[in-house]
Amino acid sequence: MSVTSQLPALQVVVPLLTAPVLVLLRGASLAWAGATAASFMAFAIAIALTLEVLAGGTQVYEMGAWPAPFGIELRIDALNALVLLITTGASALTLLCGRESLARDIDEDRQPLFYAAWLVALAGLAGIAVTGDAFNVFVFMEISSLATYIIIAAGPDRRALTATFKYLIMGTIGATFYLIGVGLVYMMTGTLNFADMEVRIADVADQRPILVAAGFITVGLALKAAVFPLHVWLPNAYTHAPHVVTAFIAACSTKVAIYVLLRFDFFVFQGNLEGHVVQFAGFLAPLALLGIVVGSAVAVVEGNLKRLLAYSSVAQIGYILLGASFSNAAGLTAGVAHMFNHALAKGALFLAVVALAMRFKDLTLDGLAGAARSMPWTSAALVVAGASLVGIPGTAGFISKWLLLSAAFEQGTLGIVSAIVVVLSSLAAVVYIWRIIERLYFGEPVADAPPLPRQEAPWLLLAGVWLAALANIYFGLVPGLPVGLSEAAADGLLRHLP
Amino acid sequence: MELLGLFNYWVFAVLLMVGFYAVIAKPNMIKKLLGLAIFQAAVFLLYITMDKVEGGTAPIIQAGVDAIYSNPLPQVLILTAIVVGISTTALGLALVVRIHEAYGTIEEDETQQKDLEE
Repeated sequence: MSVTSQLPALQVVVPLLTAPVLVLLRGASLAWAGATAASFMAFAIAIALTLEVLAGGTQVYEMGAWPAPFGIELRIDALNALVLLITTGASALTLLCGRESLARDIDEDRQPLFYAAWLVALAGLAGIAVTGDAFNVFVFMEISSLATYIIIAAGPDRRALTATFKYLIMGTIGATFYLIGVGLVYMMTGTLNFADMEVRIADVADQRPILVAAGFITVGLALKAAVFPLHVWLPNAYTHAPHVVTAFIAACSTKVAIYVLLRFDFFVFQGNLEGHVVQFAGFLAPLALLGIVVGSAVAVVEGNLKRLLAYSSVAQIGYILLGASFSNAAGLTAGVAHMFNHALAKGALFLAVVALAMRFKDLTLDGLAGAARSMPWTSAALVVAGASLVGIPGTAGFISKWLLLSAAFEQGTLGIVSAIVVVLSSLAAVVYIWRIIERLYFGEPVADAPPLPRQEAPWLLLAGVWLAALANIYFGLVPGLPVGLSEAAADGLLRHLP
Repeated sequence: MELLGLFNYWVFAVLLMVGFYAVIAKPNMIKKLLGLAIFQAAVFLLYITMDKVEGGTAPIIQAGVDAIYSNPLPQVLILTAIVVGISTTALGLALVVRIHEAYGTIEEDETQQKDLEE
């Protein structure tokens, strides 16, 4: 057995086993170095897995050499690979350049524990993305959620605690709903393996428990993914978490929940349940459209920079689901590609926020007035990432919005409505990104404050921000990798539909 | 008879709703967590119920004994879910302690009031 054949297991094992070592190390710098190294190793494994998937199709790994469906099977196809790239990449980059910022938010002696919790969260998210077993997904989901609650509650403000409590309550309800759904499916099919489940559901005589299960699973995961009316935990959690944590979870945690939603609703249910295509689309399309409208509208009037970007995330989740609710190859490709591109744009934006927060305590738009004069490079990166969020041609955001619009025009009336909503919301994005830029570049600093000297964020942080911003441009000009993976992912999800 | 045969499932549904109600309606954070624990316990019952085979016994294979066995898998699954539930409750309670230190109250409406007053 070579090491390469163990990669799917190592993807989870590396961060999971590094975490307890960090607790024992007891030194802030060492813990940071260890966590960053483990994240980069996970990122390297994700890249290696992606290359293998691109070369040889779906990778299957039998845990403990027990054959599926009796043992737990790790299964990596194009969709999993894309989610793994987003998750591990976000963790590696934010950890690498977030050290100074985290050192401000968290006491020195607690930092090893914090980094350990971060790695456990990463292991959970990566675990969800590699496993092919429905109950395994639940366990990893709870591992990642519990660890995420801890790193959000580490926020500097006491409101981080109440925000986390709210997230804990809603997240647990979501996960429990998912557990009920999996239980009902298991009751009817006797299996927990996704691929096996998908085959056996077709033979179930009484489909009603499966329908109920589909409902529970969809609603539970919608809670985790912050789909519009269930998004109330998200703005507070993003706003009050430590800035670096916001950059990490904004880039990947909701995406992973959406991945499980797609895996279940398309791969497992879509081909087997009568009318499921219509039900799924009928349920999600209105929510996606409402989420886009409400999220963008709130972002336009919001005064706090982090909260503004959080509401923009609610709208962006709407785009991903809108693409999925078209239930065809073009729509799904657009949705999955947007998962990747939104992670790039929002990750870069929140990293720029981390950099701004190094100099400015007050992160309201008024508090940041004139910030571009003292931090020109950070502000410029923020403009680039903002352009990607809006979808200016030449940036990553443009690619997925273009795919989404072309998919929309293939639909009937729903497509026209969707296209109008997407265009309107992009205009709203222009407004709220412009509000940030206008304050940063043309705002007059508060009169009584002494003028800040021109000083940038630490160089490593600034390099990270620019790396993320330039990735937005690179994947806007050379979109081959994300779009190719998205097309393969859509293909894998849709293989049962005409 | 049909009704009685589904007794466990009725208890599951009632417990689930009792817990859910407490989570939504109670402003006290400890009561919310208790509600959450009841909510999760209901799901444990669902899993435990589905593994019972009528006339089934503990799944221990012995030579020469030909018995019907209950399904052991859901019990193993739910053992994991119970651990997850305990961790969630423990973390929630730890958060409540921190909230009490920071706000001096564990009523959700009062913490919101204090945030507004800032």
